[in-house]
Amino acid sequence: MTFFLEQLLNGVQLGLLLFLLAAGLTLVFGIMDLVNLAHGSLYMVGAYLAASLTVMLKSFVLGVIAALAGTALLGIALEMLALRRLYPRDHLDHVLGTFGLILFFNEAVRLIWGAAGMTLAVPPYLNGLVEVLPGVAYPIYRLAIIIAGVLVALFLYVLVQHTRVGMLIRAGASNREMIGALGVNINRLYTIVFSVGAALAALAGIMAAPILTVQIGMGENILILAFVVIVIGGIGSVRGALVAALLIGLIDTMGRAYLPDLLRLIFTARAASVTGPALSSMMIYLVMAAFLIVRPEGLFPVPSARR
Amino acid sequence: MLKRTLLSAAALLVLALPAQAQQKVKIGYVNTFSGPTAMIGEDERWGFELALDHIGRKMGGLDVEVVFADDQMKPDVGKQVTEKLIQSDKVHFLTGYNWSNVLLASLKPAVDSQTFLISGNAGPSPIAGELCSPWFFSASWQNDQTAMAMGEAMNKKGIKKLFVLAPNYAAGKDMASGVKRTFKGEIVGEEYTRWPDHVDFSAEFSKVRAANPDAVWMFYPGAPGIQFFLQYNQSGLKGKVPLYSIYALEALTLPHIGEAAIGFQSPQTWVPDLDNAMNKKFVADFRKRHNRYPTYYSAQAYDSVFLIKSAVDAVKGDLTKKDAMRDAMRKADFDTTRGRLKYGNNHFFIQNFYLQEVIKDGEGNIRMKLLETIYKDHQDPHHDKCPMKW
Repeated sequence: MTFFLEQLLNGVQLGLLLFLLAAGLTLVFGIMDLVNLAHGSLYMVGAYLAASLTVMLKSFVLGVIAALAGTALLGIALEMLALRRLYPRDHLDHVLGTFGLILFFNEAVRLIWGAAGMTLAVPPYLNGLVEVLPGVAYPIYRLAIIIAGVLVALFLYVLVQHTRVGMLIRAGASNREMIGALGVNINRLYTIVFSVGAALAALAGIMAAPILTVQIGMGENILILAFVVIVIGGIGSVRGALVAALLIGLIDTMGRAYLPDLLRLIFTARAASVTGPALSSMMIYLVMAAFLIVRPEGLFPVPSARR
Repeated sequence: MLKRTLLSAAALLVLALPAQAQQKVKIGYVNTFSGPTAMIGEDERWGFELALDHIGRKMGGLDVEVVFADDQMKPDVGKQVTEKLIQSDKVHFLTGYNWSNVLLASLKPAVDSQTFLISGNAGPSPIAGELCSPWFFSASWQNDQTAMAMGEAMNKKGIKKLFVLAPNYAAGKDMASGVKRTFKGEIVGEEYTRWPDHVDFSAEFSKVRAANPDAVWMFYPGAPGIQFFLQYNQSGLKGKVPLYSIYALEALTLPHIGEAAIGFQSPQTWVPDLDNAMNKKFVADFRKRHNRYPTYYSAQAYDSVFLIKSAVDAVKGDLTKKDAMRDAMRKADFDTTRGRLKYGNNHFFIQNFYLQEVIKDGEGNIRMKLLETIYKDHQDPHHDKCPMKW
C-alpha cells in the first residue's frame, strides 16, 4: 500500500512538472495559433539563468525571481524580433522557424555557459524528507514541485477566467480580427501572452533543474511529452493541459512501476525484461494514439473561429 | 604563349592536388558534440588533441589532418557521418565512438570499405565476439569487463542482495550481464529504463525501497548519471542503501555531484594517479590546459592517437600497406596512460581493472583515487567467440 501511495505521489509530481511546461505551450498555441518548438529552449534558458543567478545573488529565492523575469524579458524580445513575422504564415513555417531557434539557443548557451552543464543547488530547507503519511517519507523538493504546479494552475485559472487580460485572451483566441476591430491592441496582447508562456517555461525548467541537471538540449526530450499532453488535453485549454498532464504523469509512472512485474507473470523473466521497459515507455504514446482515434479534438476542446 | 603557360601551370596544379592530399594522414573523428552528452564528446576530443600536440601533429613523417563529425548520439546519424568520412573525405582511420549503439551501426561501412576503425570508448559484446573484425581495434575495454570487476568487488564486500538499474540499450544490457556474470549473491530487482531521455527515477527508487536490497548497482554515464546521484541523495536512499556504479563517477560528473560523492567506489581501467611516466605527463598537461582532472574517456582518446601513430610509423607513412599497419597495431608497441598493454585475438586490450574511490585531496579537489587492483591482465569473456586468429 505504501508502495502504491508513493508511486501515486511520484505520478502526480511528474504530471505537475509536465503541466508547468505544457501550460505555457498550450497558451501560446491556443491563443496565438503559434507552434512554438522553442518553448523547450526557454525552459533551458530559465534553468541556466537560475543556476547562475542563484550563485551570483547568493539567494535561491532572489535568483529564481530574477531568472523568471529574465526569461520573460527574453520572451518579449523573441516575440517582437522573430516570432511576429511567423504569425501570417502556416504551421509548417512555424515549425521550421522555431526549430531554427532551438539550434540558435543551444549554440548560444554553449558559447555563454560552455558544454559541461551546470547544477542548481537546492537550498537546505527544501532538501530532505518529510513524512506525508505514516510510513511514507517523501522528498520535500518533490512536494515543492507539486505545490508550485497547483499554484500555477490556480494563477492561470484566475488570470484567464476572472481578469480583464484573461477576457481579452479568450476573445483573442476565438476571433482575432474582431477584437482588433474593437480597438484592442492585439500585438501587445500577444507579446504579453508570449512572455507569460516564457516565464512558465522558465519556472518548469527551474523546478526540474535540481533533479534533472542543467544541460544543453534539456528541453527537447521533455517538450515531446508536453506536446503529448496538449494534444490529449485539447489544444489551447489550460484545464485540459492540467488533466492530461496528471493523466500522463500517472500512466508513465504506474507503467514503469507495475508493467514489468505484470509481464513477468505472463512471460519468462528474460522476455519480460526486454518487453517491460519498451512497453512502459510506449504507454503514453499508445494513450495519445487512442485519444486521436476516439476524441481527436482532445479532452477539453477550445471553440475557435479559426479551426 | 603566356596563355599556354598559364594553362599548363593550372593543369599541373590540378594534377598536383591529389598528390598533395596523399601527403597527410586523415583521421575521421566521430563523437557526440551536441545534446546532453556533448560534454563527454568534448572531453574525449580534448584528450585526442592533447596527444596530437604531444606528437607535433605528425605520424610517420606525414602531417595529421582530423575531420570532426557529430553523431548526435544517434546510431543512424553516426552511420551517415561515418559513410561521409569514408566516401567524401577519404579518411585512413576512423576513431572516437563513445556510444555502443552508434559504434554497432557504424562498423559495417568501415569494414566494407576496409578502413581501420578504432573505438575510443564503446566496447559492445558482439564486436568482441562474432562480429570481430581485422579492421576494428579497441583503445578502451569491452563493456562487460568493468561490470564484472564491480561484481567481484561487491562479492568481497559481502553484499548478498542486489538491485540492478541500467538504461535499456546495448551497453546497458552488456553491463548488467557483466555484473551478473561475477556477482554471487541474489538479484532482488532489475529495471531497465528508457534511454537517453529518461528523466525521473522516482518510480524506480520507490521499487528499490520496497525490495530492501543490501546495495544498488547502476550504470548511467554522463549527465543521466548526475541526475541519478542527485535524485538518489534526495530520495533518502543515500546512507541507507549503498550505491555502486560503473562509468558514472569521473572528472566531468564529480563537480556536479559535489561532496555528496565522497566515498562512492567504482571500478575502471584508468585512474588519474596510475604511476607511469606517460600518465603523469598526460594528467599534468591536461590539467594545465583545461584546469581540471582528465577522465578515463580522455585518457583512452589520448592512447588511441599512439595506437594510430604506431601503425603509420611502422609503414613509414605508406598508407596503402594496410596489412603491415594491422600487424603493427596488434603488437601494441607503444606506451599508454595505463602502461604497456597487450591485445587479445579480438583486438581488445588485456589489462588491469582497479577499484577507485572518490576523495577530497589536499588541494580541495574532489577526484578519484586508486584503492586496489581487482583484476590483473583481464581478458574479456567474449574473445573465444571471435574466429580471428593471428
